[in-house]
Order: sequence, then structure tokens, then C-alpha cells
Amino acid sequence: MFPFYEQLDLNLIWFIIVGVLLTGYAVLDGFDLGVGILHLLTKGDTERRLMLNSIGPVWDGNEVWLVTGGGALFAAFPDVYATVFSGFYIPLMLLLVMLIFRAVSIEFRSKEPMPWWRRFWDVSFSVSSLLGALILGVALGNIARGVPLSANREFAGTLLGLFNPYALLVGLTTVSLFAMHASIYVVMKTEGELQAKVRSWIKNTIAIFAIFYVMTTMSTLLYVPQMTEHIRREPLFFVLAILDMLAIAGIPRAIYHGKDFEAFLLSCFNIVCLMALFGLGIFPDLVPAYPSTLSQNSLNIYNAASSSATLGIMLTITLMALPLVLSYTASIYWIFRGKVKLTSKSY
Amino acid sequence: MRLNWLQYVNLILMNDIGSHMITLDPVILSRVQFALTVSFHYIFPVFSIGLGLLLVVMEGLYLKTGNETYHKMTHFWVSIFALIFGIGVATGIVMEFQFGTNWSNYSRFVGDVFGSALAAEGLFAFFLESGFLAILLFGWNKVSKLMHFVATVMVALGAHFSAVWIVVANSWQQTPAGFHLVEHNGFMRAEITDFWAMVFNPSSVDRLIHVILGAWVAGAFLVVSVSAYYLLKNRDLDVAKAGIKMGLIVAFISCGLQMLSGHSSAVGVSEHQPAKLAAMEGHYVTSESADLSLFGWVDEKNQKVIGPSIPGGLSFLLYQNFTQPVAALDTIKEENRPPVQITFQSFHLMVGIGIALSGLAALGLFLLWRGTLYKNTLVLLALIFSVILPQVANQAGWVTAEVGRQPWVVYGLLKTKHGISPVVKSGDILFSIILFSSVYLLLFALFIFLLNRKIQKGPDYAMATDAELSPARESAAAGWSQQLAQGEQ
Repeated sequence: MFPFYEQLDLNLIWFIIVGVLLTGYAVLDGFDLGVGILHLLTKGDTERRLMLNSIGPVWDGNEVWLVTGGGALFAAFPDVYATVFSGFYIPLMLLLVMLIFRAVSIEFRSKEPMPWWRRFWDVSFSVSSLLGALILGVALGNIARGVPLSANREFAGTLLGLFNPYALLVGLTTVSLFAMHASIYVVMKTEGELQAKVRSWIKNTIAIFAIFYVMTTMSTLLYVPQMTEHIRREPLFFVLAILDMLAIAGIPRAIYHGKDFEAFLLSCFNIVCLMALFGLGIFPDLVPAYPSTLSQNSLNIYNAASSSATLGIMLTITLMALPLVLSYTASIYWIFRGKVKLTSKSY
Repeated sequence: MRLNWLQYVNLILMNDIGSHMITLDPVILSRVQFALTVSFHYIFPVFSIGLGLLLVVMEGLYLKTGNETYHKMTHFWVSIFALIFGIGVATGIVMEFQFGTNWSNYSRFVGDVFGSALAAEGLFAFFLESGFLAILLFGWNKVSKLMHFVATVMVALGAHFSAVWIVVANSWQQTPAGFHLVEHNGFMRAEITDFWAMVFNPSSVDRLIHVILGAWVAGAFLVVSVSAYYLLKNRDLDVAKAGIKMGLIVAFISCGLQMLSGHSSAVGVSEHQPAKLAAMEGHYVTSESADLSLFGWVDEKNQKVIGPSIPGGLSFLLYQNFTQPVAALDTIKEENRPPVQITFQSFHLMVGIGIALSGLAALGLFLLWRGTLYKNTLVLLALIFSVILPQVANQAGWVTAEVGRQPWVVYGLLKTKHGISPVVKSGDILFSIILFSSVYLLLFALFIFLLNRKIQKGPDYAMATDAELSPARESAAAGWSQQLAQGEQ
């Protein structure tokens, strides 16, 4: 498309773009899923409607980051899309069902006044958000740990093997991360009684996340040492880990001083750092083979990629679309800024 | 001998069906699953594309005239749109992932070509739709009237764009262009050589227009159907009268254009996919002139169609000449022929419905012009039920397109049976089919229930302000909070 593309490492650029899309998804849909995880802890119809409507206008757009991330993966690294999606078949089907239930729970819950109706969709919203977050985390944990791959780079593991302890730990860490992220988001978006209640939860959500974070970090150092290789080789990357810890430590301070927006930004930054560390850990692989002695079977950004012609065309498409996407995402958040109010149009 | 549960299922099926050997073939299962999930999903985007267009008309008229009827109408139909869109999004995400889960070899083969269209769909269509949808639904008091209208236009555009990219991708499967075959990791795959030749492959434009018009017809008849119901019930007459007029006009124009588009599509198919065209018409033997079947039953054993036909009709439609041969199935190797009966029946069903709907729209408009439509119970009843027909026609059209392409998943390049995921077992697919069937049954029941409730509550409820609604809402909420508190004690 453009002549200067020849001087670029398009595969690296697409690794970053897919990473940015999935990070965007984790940051944005992370608080949606987290609101679902916390949903049943709130009491009464008004509180629950406030929870739902805090994400009301934005959750749908946030989910598009996952859809587009999936599309980008298909287009840029079709072999990863094919191997991972067919390999993680049952968990992915369950994830899809969870995303369906999450969507329709939000949509249907407040359409009817019957208590049993609302209770059913409250539970459905919460359970589907929790399991959805868990499955996403387990999938990520498996990629970090490495996936059993055959010589022709097809999945060679079992369903049970996907629920190995390390992946489950990453799954639970993801759930705690999203719950923490959402508690901060809800404090920022609400006022009065609900805000005070959720504000009092934040120290717990942070503590629980911190415990899982430490456990995951230690397990990674012990059992998945290859994830930390890049950081050990290039100490500059360690700054990222330090910044991340500073951000987490800064959250309670910001909340204490009533700087809720700042706390939320720190929480977003935390997720960005975690995703960056994850990307750094697996690079240049997209799906490292397990055990790591079979690394010739790994899918990396070169052997799993589309042709450079396609990567170039799609870079042009992305460069054209990105300013549009960012501008409408920003305008939606701007239009719906401020505290959530229940109106006749709300969920 | 110990059998696993899958073998048991096999055994039961085989016993029940007697002499027919039924094995749980992963290819059949994956096809069943794809057909199930895509057909269910496709109920909703056709409505949101068609209704999107009508929302633009309604709100545009409101802005132009300031007439409150159009304002109320817009509110009402936006609330219906929200329900349809919600289920469309929820079921659409399955489609995005399913190529990888069930069709991994296909994904490897087409990723370089197909993936870019899919990614463009996400970037250009889905972000546009979902972003502006928030303003459409929740922005009434947050942005100016004009800005709200802009949001409506953007949502409608987004819905149309999403059709563009997915139809482009599907059309590439029908008539591949702009690519070459390259070996990659020991497998052959298609790689792009010319992006625009891929986008504008020989069938893209025809099929896109056909799909969009089909959606317009569906959206128009949805509005017509609900309006006819209100007219028959003698309620919400202002919204109903404006709706039925608007709906019938859009339906009539779209049906008329659809005939032209269908013709152009068929000519394209005869040129690029002769096997599909022959199957659509049950045309087995190439001869001097090809007949046009009106309807009938395909006797696949004796290779002929039982039913009335116009001699030379097919030759005439394709070439404007009654005596020009049309390539029949006998020119296609047996193993490369699509299933004839399904293709024939779904095609004729689609055409039949298309003609019936054109007639219905014309009749409705004629009675409207005569001023007798609102009193004509019979026609109003027919119009109420008319909403089902475009849905059936849209589904039948896709069955024709997809079954008619068999045995290929990418025409002439990759057979469907070679496209599946080699690592996914039949039992897993059966599990997911059962899972999605149950979820979709529940969703469909809920959709009908909530749609009906919205229609019963009507436009005044959709339009009501907070002040008018709050007493009822407050008491409902208070009662519920109380019950919840009691329940948890």
C-alpha cells in the first residue's frame, strides 16, 4: 500500500495491534464484567438498576473490542485463531453462552416488574459475568503457561488439561482484577448510599486482588520461568513491573483523597501494565508450546501470520479506522460522563 | 463391550432410523451447528437493517415537520429496535468465533483473505453501530435533536456497513477473486493479490444489494404488521396510520427493486456458478432450450422435476432468447453437484414469497389510496401476519446460496468436508449444538414475549416521560425491594 511499509516489521506491528485491541477489551469490558461480579452484593431494586445503568450505554461498545480483537486475530494470525479456537473448544462455547446471557440479562432485566423475573436476570447477569471473566483468565493462563501443540501446530491437549492449576489461578486473578476495577468504576459513576457502600468494599477488592497477584507472580517465577526471560534479559522492562506496583499502591491513596477518577485511571493503567507484561512474556510467540522443550511447535508472529500484503492492507484499514473509533468511543464516554441517573429510558 | 456415550447415541439413532445408516459425522454436525447459529442470528440483523432505514425516515420527518406523531413513532420503534439489536449482538458474537472453533482448516485457508473483511467489519461497522446506539437509546435528553438524528443515521449506516463486509466475505467464497494459492506450513492457502478485486469479486455487488433489499422488505413489513394490528384494534391510530403508509411505500419500492436485483443475481450465478443455477431450477439435462419451473418436486432418482414449467423460460430469462442452451447438472461431475431438492425448494420458496409480498404491498397501497384500507379487516389481518414472510424468504435465500455452493465451502477451491476442525470431536460439537439450541429456544421465547409486551404497552408508554412513569415505577420498585429484603432475611 505505502512504500515505507517495506521497512516495517508488519508482524511485530500486528502483534502490538492485536495486543492493543485485547488490552482495550480488558480495560473496558473488564469493569462491565466486574460490575456483574459485584452485582449480587448490592441490595434492592434501585441499587441493582444503578449498577446496571452505570455500564448501560457503554458495555455494548466495550464488547466490540473483543469482537474486533477476534477479527484481527483471524486476519493477521489465522493459524493462532484456528489452533486456539478449535483447541479451546468447550471453554470457548461456554464463554460465548456467558456473553449471550450477560447481554440479554442487561437488556431484559428491567423490562418487566415481576420480582422473580428481575431476580432471575440478576443472578444470570452476575453468574455469566463471573464465569465469563474466569474463562477469559483461564484461556490467558494457558497461553502464558504454554499449550500442548503437535508438530503440525494443532492443539494436542485435553479439556481437563486446560483447567490446570496455573491457568485456574490466572482465571481467579482475572476475576479479582475485574472486581477491583469495577468497584472503583462504580464509586466513580454513582453517588449517595450505593457509592458509600461500594467505597467501603474497595479495600477488600484491592486486598483480594493483591493476594492473587502475588500468588500468580510467584507461580510464574517458579513454574513458568520462560515468561520472565525477556524482563531478566532487559532490566529496562522491569520498570513496567515497578510502575504497575506503584499504580496499584496509588489506588487506595486516591480513593482516600476522594480522587475517584484518578483511582480509576490508575486501575486502567494497572491492566495495561499487566497486559504489556503478558505480551512481553510470550513474545515473539503467540501460542508457546508446552512443554517448552517443544518450542519448535510454537505459533509465533512469523509462522502463524498472514502474508505481508494482507498485513499491509489491514494496517492501512486500521490507520483509517482508528481515529474514527477512538473519536466515537471518546464522545460516548463524554456524553454519558458524570453520575448515573435512572430515567424512563434506563435499563 | 463397553460403549462410550457417543456410541450409545449412535446406536439409538441407528435403531430408530432403521436401515438408514446415521453416523455422527463431524462434518454434518459442524454444518448443522453453523446452520443453526447463523439462521437464528440472521433473524435479527435483517430487522435492524430494515428498521434502521425506517427510523431514519421517521426521525427525519419529525425534524422536518415537527409533527409529534413522528416523534412518538420514533420513540416507539427505537425501543423495539433496541430489543432486536440486543439479541442480534448477543448471537452475532458466536458467528465471529465459530469459524475458528468449528472450521479451523477453513480459517487457515481463507484467513489471509476473509479475515481482513471481517476485521474491517469490526472496525468500520460494529464500533459505529454500538457507539451511536448508546445515543439513540439513552441520549434523548443528553444531546440536541439534530445530534440524535445524526446518531440514528449512524446506527443505520453501521448496520448497513456490517452487511457490506460480511457479504463481501461470503461472496468471495462464492466467486473467489484477487488471490493466489500459496503453500504455508505445508498447507495450501489463499493469499490476497488484489484487495479491491477481492472486495468487488464477481458476485459481491449483486448479492449485497439483494441482501440489503431483503432486509428493507423485512423491516418495512415489521412496521406494517404492528401498524395493521393497531388499526385492527382501533388504538394508537396516529402512529399506526403513519406507520402503515411509510411501511407499505418502503415495502413496495424494495420489493420492486428486489425483482430486478434477483434477476441480476441469477444471471451472475449462471455465469459464475452454473452448478448452483442448475440446482436452483432442477435443470439436469442440457438441451436446446431450458425450461423455467414454476414450482414442483425434484425426483432426484430419475433426475427430473415434477411440476409445471414454462418451456424455454430459463433460457429467456438468462439470455432473452427462448432457444439458448443453459449448462445443466450433466455438465458437472457428480461429486461436485449440490443437493438439488433443497436448493430448488428454497429458491422457489424465496421467489414465491417475493412475488406474494410485492402483490400484498401493491394491494395495501391501492386500498390506502382508495381510502378503504383501515376498514378492510381481511387485508389488515393478512398484513399482520405478513411479517413472517420476508423472514422466511431471507432464510430461504441464504439456504439457496449456501446449499447451492456445496460441496464447496470456497467454490472450486476448498470442499466443505476439508474445512472442519480436525481436533474437535463429534461429541463436543453435539454438546455445543444442544447448548446453543436450548439457549436460542429460550431467547426466542423471550424475544416474542418482550416484543409482544412492547407492542401491547404501545407508543404512549415508550414516549412517556419520567414524571408520568415514576409513580408506577416507584411503587413497583418499593414492592420489589421489600420482597427482596424479606427473601434474604
